[in-house]
Amino acid sequence: MSDEILLKMRDVWLEGRSDETWNPIINDVDLTLKKGEVLGLIGESGAGKSTLGLAAMGYTRDGVRISKGSVEFDGIDLLTASAAVKRALLGKRIAYVAQSAAASFNPAHKLMDQHVEGPVQHGVMGRGESEADGIELYAKLRLPNPDEIGFRYPHQVSGGQLQRCMTAMAMSCRPDLIIFDEPTTALDVTTQIEVLASIRDIVEQFNTAAIYITHDLAVVAQMADTIKVLLKGDEVETADTRVMLATPTQEYTKSLWAVRSFERPLKSAVQTGSVPVVSVQNIDASYGTVPVLHDVSFDMHEGRTVAVVGESGSGKSTAARCITGLLPPTAGQIMVDGDVMPPDYRKRSKDQLRQVQMIYQMADTALNPRMSIGQIIARPVEFYLGLKGAEKRKKVDALLEQIELEPSQYYHRLPSELSGGQKQRIGIARALAAEPKFIICDEVTSALDQLVAEGILRLLARLQDELSLTYMFITHDLATVRAIADEVVVMKDGRVVEQGPKVEMFTPPHHAYTDLLLSSVPEMDPDWLTNLLAERGVDNIGDAAVDKM
Amino acid sequence: MIWFVAALIGLAAVAWGFRFAGQAVTGNAPKFRDMPYGVAYGYVLGAAVLAWLVWAYMQGRSDDQAIANKFFFLRIAIEGFIIFAIAAWLFRLLGRSVGTARSKKLFRSMPLTASFGILTILIYAIFAIFAGLIAPYGQEQIIPGVAANIIPGGDPELGGNPDFPLGTDQIGRDILSRLIYGAQNTVGIAFATTVLAFLLGGTLGFLAATLGGWLDQLLSRAVDVLMAIPSLIFALLLMTIASVWAPELGIPLTVFMVVIIAVIDSTRVYRLARAVGQNIVVMDYIEAAKLRGEGLGYLVFKEILPNATAPLLAEFGLRFCFVFLTIAALSFLGVGIQPPLADWGTMVRDLGGFVNFAQFAPMAATAPLLAAGAIALLTVAVNFVVDWMLHKSSGLKE
Repeated sequence: MSDEILLKMRDVWLEGRSDETWNPIINDVDLTLKKGEVLGLIGESGAGKSTLGLAAMGYTRDGVRISKGSVEFDGIDLLTASAAVKRALLGKRIAYVAQSAAASFNPAHKLMDQHVEGPVQHGVMGRGESEADGIELYAKLRLPNPDEIGFRYPHQVSGGQLQRCMTAMAMSCRPDLIIFDEPTTALDVTTQIEVLASIRDIVEQFNTAAIYITHDLAVVAQMADTIKVLLKGDEVETADTRVMLATPTQEYTKSLWAVRSFERPLKSAVQTGSVPVVSVQNIDASYGTVPVLHDVSFDMHEGRTVAVVGESGSGKSTAARCITGLLPPTAGQIMVDGDVMPPDYRKRSKDQLRQVQMIYQMADTALNPRMSIGQIIARPVEFYLGLKGAEKRKKVDALLEQIELEPSQYYHRLPSELSGGQKQRIGIARALAAEPKFIICDEVTSALDQLVAEGILRLLARLQDELSLTYMFITHDLATVRAIADEVVVMKDGRVVEQGPKVEMFTPPHHAYTDLLLSSVPEMDPDWLTNLLAERGVDNIGDAAVDKM
Repeated sequence: MIWFVAALIGLAAVAWGFRFAGQAVTGNAPKFRDMPYGVAYGYVLGAAVLAWLVWAYMQGRSDDQAIANKFFFLRIAIEGFIIFAIAAWLFRLLGRSVGTARSKKLFRSMPLTASFGILTILIYAIFAIFAGLIAPYGQEQIIPGVAANIIPGGDPELGGNPDFPLGTDQIGRDILSRLIYGAQNTVGIAFATTVLAFLLGGTLGFLAATLGGWLDQLLSRAVDVLMAIPSLIFALLLMTIASVWAPELGIPLTVFMVVIIAVIDSTRVYRLARAVGQNIVVMDYIEAAKLRGEGLGYLVFKEILPNATAPLLAEFGLRFCFVFLTIAALSFLGVGIQPPLADWGTMVRDLGGFVNFAQFAPMAATAPLLAAGAIALLTVAVNFVVDWMLHKSSGLKE
């Protein structure tokens, strides 16, 4: 880092157009970035982080405008610069790495063809030179087979590798500034750590300044020199990473820091001999001819939460589909309260269906957008409990109160008029309406901001205590597991790797895979990544480590 | 030709000058500074076309009959456009001040095109429903003592007759009355046919999407077979067969026509409903409903249908126009709506020869174009309304 200022944004106001008026998105935010400095931009969704990140390039999405302020990059005013001047800057001196690499690469062209486009267009290098440089960058980012990987199509490499290829592409012109917009949010923890390590490395090597946008505090603690916290378009505070982590001054920042402290009290051990509410016994399952589950068994007891953890593709959601009967297992059986359930949901009675309810990850697709909240919750009430008219309304109101939403205010609303956390609450109410014993929570908090997610976890915990519900909690987030689980089941490649009470799972010795999972979860300590790399070595993290097992 | 090319090149120079002048006058404002050359050319071209239209319109109003005749139809089109725009604007103004709070709000956010469409459809509907009261003569009435082929316009000097403002047809029937009755026959039958096609294709499409498996295969392959046969030829073939059966069974041929066109068109509706339905059935809320143990009827009508209305509505508007044109085409070929019932397709066919007079006696050529215009106007109006509904239901902004 030097003291030379690269990017200077002064009194920036951004507005977005909706309902035929301009509404504020960012209010009067200043941002200064020195050469080689990494600035972490954090905040909840809707805080305006991405919009501000794009504004740093002098760019706004359609329907957004910079109403006041100035953006100066290396002495050039980006807001008044002509299109030609900006064209010469963007891609060459300022680059952008988007959240979803899979959606940002053109699937019809090889990676290398897309990689060389920038340097060739900007006249930085010729095609051959640029290809050679690309291979070098791939090696620096520790991609496997750097010589060949560029000549594959985007769908032929994994998500983490694709994200690193995009970083390489952003680096291709050796820009002075890169904007990373949630580059690891969609990745598994073991993959994330690899991408984090390589991004940090390469940014340091080329002394590139960066704006790192994320909602994950632990991630930003590893990456950034300075942290800026945004709340609903307003700057909350800006400080050096270590200072900010140690002594946050603002209430909001403190509340962000505190989220991870939520933890339920431990419950006594399950009495031996009690009948589990749901028992999964030696099930195998396959999609078509592809086997996905192998001899999976675990029990779930009344009033307890069983967290099923594993990376994407480990079969944890498939196990849930077997329990609900959407995917009849090829071997083994599901027992509820000691009775064997028919494997196919179509063969189950209304009462058997009522007992097993589900809450989905994406509340957006789990609620019918054309039905009002009242209708959505009333349907299972009417269907299972046979309530009609005023009685039905009373029950729905009671359910809405249970999930802490004011009935008169929300009964007639449509899902699109609710926030993400509220939608998830409606999903919970719909499951509760059936008065079930057992609820499957499929990644219910992973699409939510941390504060909102914590609210949902607290609500679920309270409901469990009140109604002695049993939860199967599918997640890849170990912080959530720590907060809410009583027992943990670790899955990998369709098998149960390890299972037991939470305390046992979080204290060594672990199974090697559990150990890898646990150690890959970023911690708030800014030295965590450095220490981990020193301890394990660069070749013993992420996919490489998983492959060795 | 050479003049045309020269004009285009001339415009290219003007466009460059326009941008340069804009930059100079506004002191290099971003609008002109970053304006691509193509956009500048577009502005200049648009201005040139507008200027030509004004010139052509003035020609159309020229005192010299020979010149005026040349631009007669363009003049009518421009006048029609302006009159319709004003009518639509007034209609929207009316809607904004009269009616319930809800309807007022609806009219406030309505684009002019949609209010034009609604107005036109309303007028057609009124004519269709009250045809018997509005039309001065019967649709099959040959008025004694009145000449055939009276020219529209009602100007005796040009061969018109003020009693028959739109003239008479080849056997002396009043064209105005037949146009009005045509609304009843053509539009009514087209509407019935489209509704039937949607009931059939929509239901089967959603069933195929929801149940999948062999039913989906069976229905989809059957639809493929039907779609493989050119639809107009197929309809012609079936209508020919039906015209033999109809008298034997004592069922009007029109009923056969409605069913035949509905079945043929339902294949397109089926395709759309199935594709839309398949996108919806993979949603989590459908899975939740299935796991709740909901029946097929609930799934299709409560969960899928409300989410499929936008694309289906758009298709309804389009399909209605296609059905309408198919009926007109069949009638034109002589197997559709049978004489003496008035039908716009038949009217175009019967009077079609007059189009040849367009150069020197434009009024005479108007006779067949009246029915054709009625078809075109309704098609445009329906599409405007559907566009608007689609826009509203999809929640698109701006």
